[in-house]
Amino acid sequence: MLEPTRAFKNRLGLWGWLGGGRWGYERYLYTLHRLTGLGLLAYFLLHIVVTSSRAISPERWNSAMASVSGPLFTIGEYLVFVAFAFHAINGVRLAIIELGWGVGAPIEPVYPYRTSVDVQRPLAIVALLLAGVLVVLGGLSFFVLGQR
Amino acid sequence: MRDQKLWTWHIAAGAVILVLLGMHMTVMHLDRLVHFAGLNPAGGHPVDWANVVERGKSAAFMVTYVLLLGAALFHGLYGLRNILLELNPPGILKKAIGAVLLIAGLGLFAFGTWAAVAGHALARTF
Repeated sequence: MLEPTRAFKNRLGLWGWLGGGRWGYERYLYTLHRLTGLGLLAYFLLHIVVTSSRAISPERWNSAMASVSGPLFTIGEYLVFVAFAFHAINGVRLAIIELGWGVGAPIEPVYPYRTSVDVQRPLAIVALLLAGVLVVLGGLSFFVLGQR
Repeated sequence: MRDQKLWTWHIAAGAVILVLLGMHMTVMHLDRLVHFAGLNPAGGHPVDWANVVERGKSAAFMVTYVLLLGAALFHGLYGLRNILLELNPPGILKKAIGAVLLIAGLGLFAFGTWAAVAGHALARTF
């Protein structure tokens, strides 16, 4: 019979949650994935309420859009875009790994041990580069070209 | 077993969101770089009422909106549930978290679906 899961004290406090420890920087991607996910969820719930005004009248829509405009909201929207870019691309990386691709074939645990992290690291680098390209394109569209 | 199925749905919902939210972000925020014909027909800003009405007239747009709404609510709220359950709450709280998130998700889905359908009906009168 399985033992019920025991709760362990988080002795390290905040660093226990946020620190990468010996897991390398994939662990920081994991933390960032969660933080961006929570941020996107919070934005999305508000977004449902704000955009529902289009079902009422043009006046209500225009008033709702006016209440979320201005430089502060533009920066906020850009941060949402950045969170989306990272969360989406990193999510693809996680799904690829979840399906067993990109982690290499299983090997015998013979010393000196090799870790699958080394095999999957190029995927993390490509994901970060792609997310970086999206972030730059977004910045260009938000702040340089402006919107139509 | 149940959580294994839900986790698979979580990944599947992520794939749906990747496509639909990717398009949404492109139409709304990258419109100066990539222009999808017909999704910003009146020109100007993508959230100008004229563009909202033109997009809102399309039944396909309404259907994809509801699909994205459902996928994003499930993906986001199931993800939040996983994070909260990792804090190892007692059994009763675990059930309460699941119930509250399920009710909130269904309520928001009903509200968002109403907004999509009513928005489509209103757009067709213009």
